[in-house]
Amino acid sequence: MNILEVEHLKLWDANRNKVIIHNSSFHLKQGSCLAIVGESGSGKSVTCRAIMRLNKAWIRQSGDILFKGENLNHLTEKEMRKRRGKNLCLILQNGMRAFDPSCVVGVHLKETLAEHFGWSKSETEQRMKKAMESVMLKDPLEIMNKYPHQLSGGMLQRVMIALAIVLEPDIIIADEPTTALDTISQYEVVEQFTKLRERWGCSMIFISHDLGVVKKVADDVLVMKDGVIVERGNIHAVFSEAKHEYTNYLVSSRLALSSRFKKIMGEEM
Amino acid sequence: MLKVANIEKSYRKGGLFSKEKQKILNNITFECYNGECLGIIGESGSGKSTIGRLIAGIEKPDRGTILFEGNNVQDRTVRFGNISAVFQDYTSSINPFFTVEEAIVEPLKARKKDQKETRSRIDRLLYQVGLNPSYRKKHPHELSGGEVQRVCIARALSTEPKCILFDEAISSLDVSVQTQILDLLKELKKKHKMSYVFITHDIQAAAYICDRVIIFRNGEIEETVHLENLKDVQSEYAKKLLKFLITF
Repeated sequence: MNILEVEHLKLWDANRNKVIIHNSSFHLKQGSCLAIVGESGSGKSVTCRAIMRLNKAWIRQSGDILFKGENLNHLTEKEMRKRRGKNLCLILQNGMRAFDPSCVVGVHLKETLAEHFGWSKSETEQRMKKAMESVMLKDPLEIMNKYPHQLSGGMLQRVMIALAIVLEPDIIIADEPTTALDTISQYEVVEQFTKLRERWGCSMIFISHDLGVVKKVADDVLVMKDGVIVERGNIHAVFSEAKHEYTNYLVSSRLALSSRFKKIMGEEM
Repeated sequence: MLKVANIEKSYRKGGLFSKEKQKILNNITFECYNGECLGIIGESGSGKSTIGRLIAGIEKPDRGTILFEGNNVQDRTVRFGNISAVFQDYTSSINPFFTVEEAIVEPLKARKKDQKETRSRIDRLLYQVGLNPSYRKKHPHELSGGEVQRVCIARALSTEPKCILFDEAISSLDVSVQTQILDLLKELKKKHKMSYVFITHDIQAAAYICDRVIIFRNGEIEETVHLENLKDVQSEYAKKLLKFLITF
């Protein structure tokens, strides 16, 4: 069953009369993880923001986005706000910019949860604490009393994932969640994502340009170039025998980068 | 060539008038030899960027010395034309009102060189970093991230330095652009016999270009290892770092 169906999505910049996404259609199956890969400027982020309807006002969109059979494009802004967070949850790339810098992290979290659930203060705190512990954040209460700039990028990223766990959305859209992180935090965040899927089988759209991470997390993949989907299919099939030359190019440049590392490390890898 | 000895650095923690200090670097000693590419690897917050800023002379160490060919880098005449730096955030490293040409000319102007010579030089520099000479009149916002980063490299090369510092210079670029730029740097190193100090958190990129890597942790050097011996790292932390790497 498809939880999300995007049909003939077209995005264009009304100010410059430039088409950003030409005509993309794709489906997200219930409980599966779809990865979107491509270079910067290929229209990955703009596509997922279109699903959330969070693009700037001058970026117009047409086409159908069906979430459980309901067209998100026809909802009013007020109805759409209810869907964001509870049904569709977006995890952003830059933790520093995703949180309000003028108040402690806890305020942001409580605000979001109060919007969607009628929980009491202590219940909210309890649930948040549990979720934060499950993503390996020690001392959740202290973290909730800190400002975003006092926490590292990896920690903020995990706080965002913890928030997603409490919200239990139907679809998580992760926009380059690991790009800004160092090796160890990247590994931990990727672990959290795989656990998240195992635990309550939520569907996920995972955007990244790191093919290594994508291969670890996703089932299916879309390859985008200049606003057009050039290749799609099962992740292993696409990466092992790419049909489009652009996919080949992405894979080979990635292999080239890690070639010397692999050679030094020998057969261990 | 570049000698870093017993460096210590701490920043003020908390508010403006707070006396509490947080130690960022603790007793750092290493050396970068002539024609070598030295990688500095560490997680965020380990103090690797701070050491970069100290080498570039932007900040002063609390204790210890950084010597470039026997002279202290605190003195700007020592750095002038000898040490260049390329930073991560390419959007903020070029004055947005400058064209590509003006940006590259800026360090040359400081030397008061012959005008005609600089003109032909820019074309050559742009060609070296793989950009078309038609880019001369463009502004940074008209270029893609990889192209701006190339302009930054061209600018760093313009004074023909002996040592270039890269602080996460390629981390925010696409993988295909990363390989292009790393290949370019390898080639330039061979041609001009420069040394690189390459600060990054990406072990695979470091493995691609470096001869020797220093693994940083909490402001201290955990381990220094020649790249050929990367497989046999001794410390627990370095082992963990390699184990947690997600390869393709």
